[in-house]
Amino acid sequence: MTEETYSKTELMICVAARLFEDASTCFIGTGIPMLAAMLASKTTAPNLVPVFEFGGMGAILEDLPRAVGEARTFHKGLAASGICDTMETAQRGFIDYGFLGGAQIDPYGNLNSIVIGDHDHPKARLPGSGGGNDVGSHCWRTVAIMQHDARRFVSKVDCVTTPGYLTGPGARESAGLPRGTGPAYVVSTLALMDYDPDTCRMRLKATHPGVTVEEVIASTGFELIVPQEVGQNERPSMEELRLLREEIDPERLYI
Amino acid sequence: MEVSNFEALESGVGELIQPFDLDEFREWNRAKKSRKLEDKLMSEQEAVSRFVYDGCYIGTELYGTVRCPMSLAREVVRQNKKDLRVCGQGVLELDLWLAAGLVKKLDITYIGLEVYGTSSALRRAVESGQVEKCVEWSNGAITWRMKAAAMGVPFLPTRSMLGTDTLKYSAAKVVEDPFTGMKVALLPALVLDVALIHVHRADKHGNAQIEGISGFGAEMARAAKRVIISAEEIVPTEEIRKYPDRTIIPYYLVDAVVHAPFGSHPGEMAYAYGRDEAEIKAWVEASKTAEGAQAYLDKYVHGTKNHDDYLKLIGEERLNQCVDLRERRQA
Repeated sequence: MTEETYSKTELMICVAARLFEDASTCFIGTGIPMLAAMLASKTTAPNLVPVFEFGGMGAILEDLPRAVGEARTFHKGLAASGICDTMETAQRGFIDYGFLGGAQIDPYGNLNSIVIGDHDHPKARLPGSGGGNDVGSHCWRTVAIMQHDARRFVSKVDCVTTPGYLTGPGARESAGLPRGTGPAYVVSTLALMDYDPDTCRMRLKATHPGVTVEEVIASTGFELIVPQEVGQNERPSMEELRLLREEIDPERLYI
Repeated sequence: MEVSNFEALESGVGELIQPFDLDEFREWNRAKKSRKLEDKLMSEQEAVSRFVYDGCYIGTELYGTVRCPMSLAREVVRQNKKDLRVCGQGVLELDLWLAAGLVKKLDITYIGLEVYGTSSALRRAVESGQVEKCVEWSNGAITWRMKAAAMGVPFLPTRSMLGTDTLKYSAAKVVEDPFTGMKVALLPALVLDVALIHVHRADKHGNAQIEGISGFGAEMARAAKRVIISAEEIVPTEEIRKYPDRTIIPYYLVDAVVHAPFGSHPGEMAYAYGRDEAEIKAWVEASKTAEGAQAYLDKYVHGTKNHDDYLKLIGEERLNQCVDLRERRQA
């Protein structure tokens, strides 16, 4: 692969990385969110404070963590505490963003990582909530990072594991979830989405280079809100690709 | 027992697979947990055979590839302890138990292979119905359940799980908080029968110290009736007394102490050794089929008498490579 070309996954990671706010506290889930956080900390968010659920806080992300508890999650870190501390810190309102993945997402940003099919007789048993539900409940804003196809972007997820906007406006608050929280963005292999503030439904914000609006619509299993103006995400820069390939994931575990 | 005022607005349909009685737990802690500084050093065979039993409710800490009691987990398989009810955020350790068909019910939070994706052993065990029940919780929730037991109280309220199917398939209840009127999820205390915890160092009495993140070790040790500690290093009590601030698990919580160098292999131990990626990948590949998983268990678990024998099979060279890959303290 030359510097001129890049994979959909690389592009997705770059678009996600650009969403990190510098000097914010971010709960980082396993997998792609880790690569995005590393890229952000090496580019636009050098003062990012990554938080990993089993206790790592404020690590310098030099090597890609392969587990949410491995030493790389508190490498040169500011604190190495435990899961109660990190989750309670989120519950108190100290964590600005949570970056998550899932097997399915619905128009309200609810994520499924428990089962495909019926809960008690599943077609496919998935890993479970992990920290996902806690992150989606307590972080101020969440960002989901997903492969984009109509099997994953569905009108109804098989099992609401991690709360998005649940059934729409006001539903989080009436369920008892903290006021003012909820999903902010979805970064997929095709586009960047946000949420319409009036309906809390997913809205196309910008397509990736080379991807048409029609393609995004066709790959989405529900009616996506498409505004008049749809932006276009910038392609990965040479520097972003170099960092991803040489420093972040040289073993190509994800990219 | 009358439950007044606190009316459940919503109840999870999941079974409370480990009912508890806190007065009984107190009495247990009074009668069965010695305050004497006794010598609790024993082999993993003895510890598992004395304290782990068929049908018990058991937990492991931290998980699979990180400071995990893998040597004890393998011994549980060797001794074929069956019908286990397990609380789990797990990776390799719970995979071994699932592949060996030892798990009957799960309080499940996450069982997967992280960087290598979903767990084939979990899929086979649950989709075939071999695991009879999966009760869902979040990672925060399961730890707060242990924290409630550690506090000696019947539940803790949280704002996790509200509004979701994670709550629906749990055994939590949603109530209106009597002080503020806000909705909270009540998480029932979790009193484990047995906890397996791997640490960096312990003395023969069970005073245990770790380095790096503490995961949920402190909570689990305090929530369990029996605690088996495996330790990289057994140190004199004088060493413990030099750094008492490092003791996260004091001796009176502990029933057995097992010396297990490289006890977390193929997982890591912060500042001591790194992951054995080749061995982790070997399980990922082998576990894709039931036959492959069985062949792995035959070679690495049943084919080795004990942890020492397992380490011989892995070989000094590879263990030294893991030591080279350790996290180093640096400015």
